[in-house]
Amino acid sequence: MEDLISILVTTIRVSTPLILACLAGLYSERAGIVDIGLEGKLLGSAFGAAVVAAVTGNVWLGLLAGIGVSLVFSGIHGLASINFRGNQIISGVALNFLASGLTVFLGAAWFGRGGNTPPLSGGARFYAIQLPFARELAGVPVIGPIYSGLISGHTILTYIAFLAVPLTAFVLWRTRFGLRLRAVGENPKALDTAGMSVSWLRYKALAITAVLVGMGGAYLSTAQAASFSREMSSGRGYIALAALIFAKWKPYPALGACLLFGFLEALQYRLQGVSLPVIGPVPTQAMQALPYVLTILLLAGFVGRAIAPKASGQPYVKER
Amino acid sequence: MDAVQSDHTRRPVPAAGESLAIELRKINKRFGPVHANKDIDLAVARGTIHGIVGENGAGKSTLMSILYGFYHADSGEIVVGGAPVTIHNSSDALRLGIGMVHQHFMLVDNFTVLENVILGAEDSALLKPSVDKARRELQRLADDYGLNVPVDAVIEDLSVGQQQRVEILKALYRGADILILDEPTGVLTPAEADHLFRVLRTLREEGKTIILITHKLREIMAITDTVSVMRQGQIVETLATASTSPEQLAELMVGRRVLLRVHKEEAKPGAVLLDVKDLVVADDLGTERLKGVSLHVRAGEILGIAGVAGNGQSELLEALSGMRAAKSGTIRLNGEDVTAVNDESAALLRHKGLAHVPEDRIRMGLVTNFYEWENAILGYHDLPKYGKGLSLDVKAARAEAQRHIEKFDIRPANTDLKTANFSGGNQQKIVLAREMERDPDVLIVGQPTRGVDIGAIEFIHNQIIKMRDAGKAILLVSVELDEIRALSDRIVVLFDGHIVGEADPRTADEGELGLLMAGVSQKGAAQSSEANP
Repeated sequence: MEDLISILVTTIRVSTPLILACLAGLYSERAGIVDIGLEGKLLGSAFGAAVVAAVTGNVWLGLLAGIGVSLVFSGIHGLASINFRGNQIISGVALNFLASGLTVFLGAAWFGRGGNTPPLSGGARFYAIQLPFARELAGVPVIGPIYSGLISGHTILTYIAFLAVPLTAFVLWRTRFGLRLRAVGENPKALDTAGMSVSWLRYKALAITAVLVGMGGAYLSTAQAASFSREMSSGRGYIALAALIFAKWKPYPALGACLLFGFLEALQYRLQGVSLPVIGPVPTQAMQALPYVLTILLLAGFVGRAIAPKASGQPYVKER
Repeated sequence: MDAVQSDHTRRPVPAAGESLAIELRKINKRFGPVHANKDIDLAVARGTIHGIVGENGAGKSTLMSILYGFYHADSGEIVVGGAPVTIHNSSDALRLGIGMVHQHFMLVDNFTVLENVILGAEDSALLKPSVDKARRELQRLADDYGLNVPVDAVIEDLSVGQQQRVEILKALYRGADILILDEPTGVLTPAEADHLFRVLRTLREEGKTIILITHKLREIMAITDTVSVMRQGQIVETLATASTSPEQLAELMVGRRVLLRVHKEEAKPGAVLLDVKDLVVADDLGTERLKGVSLHVRAGEILGIAGVAGNGQSELLEALSGMRAAKSGTIRLNGEDVTAVNDESAALLRHKGLAHVPEDRIRMGLVTNFYEWENAILGYHDLPKYGKGLSLDVKAARAEAQRHIEKFDIRPANTDLKTANFSGGNQQKIVLAREMERDPDVLIVGQPTRGVDIGAIEFIHNQIIKMRDAGKAILLVSVELDEIRALSDRIVVLFDGHIVGEADPRTADEGELGLLMAGVSQKGAAQSSEANP
């Protein structure tokens, strides 16, 4: 039981940035913009958050800075793919390269720690929050471990990530903005002819994407870890995209997919150095590869037919 | 509602005092060197149906796009309801009560009818109140105008006719007083078109103004009160419909006399050249689109395949021309089994005397960034007369292309021009020339005049008749029922992958064919077991 709880706690921890990035991708892809640059935004905002938190000692300013960085990235992506009708994959990949290079370069230039930022402590980090009555309920059987052990004791960003799921579902299916968002990703012309601006709507979606993924990046460097280290996003942006496809662009399945990926990651931490029957000790590298292998397997075969938003990846051009 | 009739025969500009829904004054629009709209003056009286006819590229769509805010006119004035207005975008147009039903529907396919109707016209940030209001409003519109659609159905599950009704409902829900319809009947069965016209008449009775853009003169005659003819960016004439005739309109559109009726002798059918038995063909997704089709075409006759688009015509054309393998059944050409087995079948068939004019010339018939001469021999380029081994005899190919140009009056007469620079009609002639000049035994023709000007249509029809009279077996697929009726010696109707009936074009009436096309089987008897429920 204790083992399971501890694996699940880790699952929630490592899933948090995935959920944020995945929902971020959901907004942008639902609006018809493929955002392979999630990875770069995650990395860039992790860096931005760590730098500002380290310099100011205030994690909230760090969070704002993280979001700021991904807003800038989103702005560039928007300019390239909405205004200049460029190829969205290329723009996204370029942003990933930019983030990867720029974070190391600036980090080395500013702090001289080989691309890492100074360790954060005190008010420069997000800490676990104890939910009400967590202490009192800790001893109660079943409820205790689940509430006090599993649900309580995470940072604010984790709770935001989990709350963002029902909120996104609500926005998507119950609000005017959601209706238009879904429409612009399916048939932007329908919106244009109904007298609405396709570009403006897509920019709004990209801004939401930026805010969510910015929080995910800030989580990496100021909550999960206590500093920025080079390439610390390590493919989470791509995994979030895979989870999004696996979830067929729907919020609750996206949560499920991210938790699954998170669980595998948690499992691999746990299984490192553990000796399995018959096989013997499993090489660490093999376990570390597990989430990535699963990504390939899921995308290759188990997803079934994932139907992307129809206008996804296509720049909108007014006809004639 | 026949207010506009006898009194003004030449220029039925609405009389002073009569209320104008919309007035365009000296509208000009240029796209680079192209003067798409030249000094357009147009006045449409409230509560009337005004038709706009013209060939492709005459400027109809540009004009309507200006009215709907897609383009901005270079100069000129738009007056709506007596007041000059500027229309920057579609929302301006909607606010002025101008609604548009586009040729290609502007619907979100995986949305419900309700969602599509409220999209962009939501009352609040939350959807619930708008959905409830739209539900009530649509019920009212359904009662008033006969615009019935299942409001909770998803668009992609609806028929094309129903989807069009959703488009009209969208416009009405937004309070449109002036409704522009762009080629609304292109995708409809005759019965659906009739229903549409009934709806339009009801709308007119309710005081709505309707502008109908079409190239079908019969529709102009059937439903409009007044009609404007456009040619080369100008309105050449505006007439009261009652005082004109299809012949006159056609002449105005083209600028010369056109024969609307195809003249042909009685067919003299010979031996069966193409024989199809129990053909079953699936599309790329594995769905069976032809479900056991049997037919035959004799030398010297034209067999017309009528039907609403999407009932298996494309798969039939592709299977017969060897582009798509059959799941079962046989195709015999001159008695020889040629049922497609692999990708090379199409090339093989060409050398066995079967020529194919594909329904989509841009996607299948031509490589548009090739020179005209390259397209003129495409598919036959490995014949010995165009070169040996690896080399191509460009001179011979050009000579061939030149011959086509002269014989088919292809303009501009330039073999070294990129094919993309030819008009639709001339591109079609390039394909027709290539296939017909090969002197095939069997000619398969798909949508020979889609997107082709009236003048060229006449020519193309005559060429097809000529081929027939030369003893060729011709299979014609077209969604234009008029074309099928005019050219065919026999007609079969394709519905949902089945042949649901056969008709003699000399005796068949349109209503009967229309019912067959809509899947209501022939006289309820003989074929009923074949037809799909």
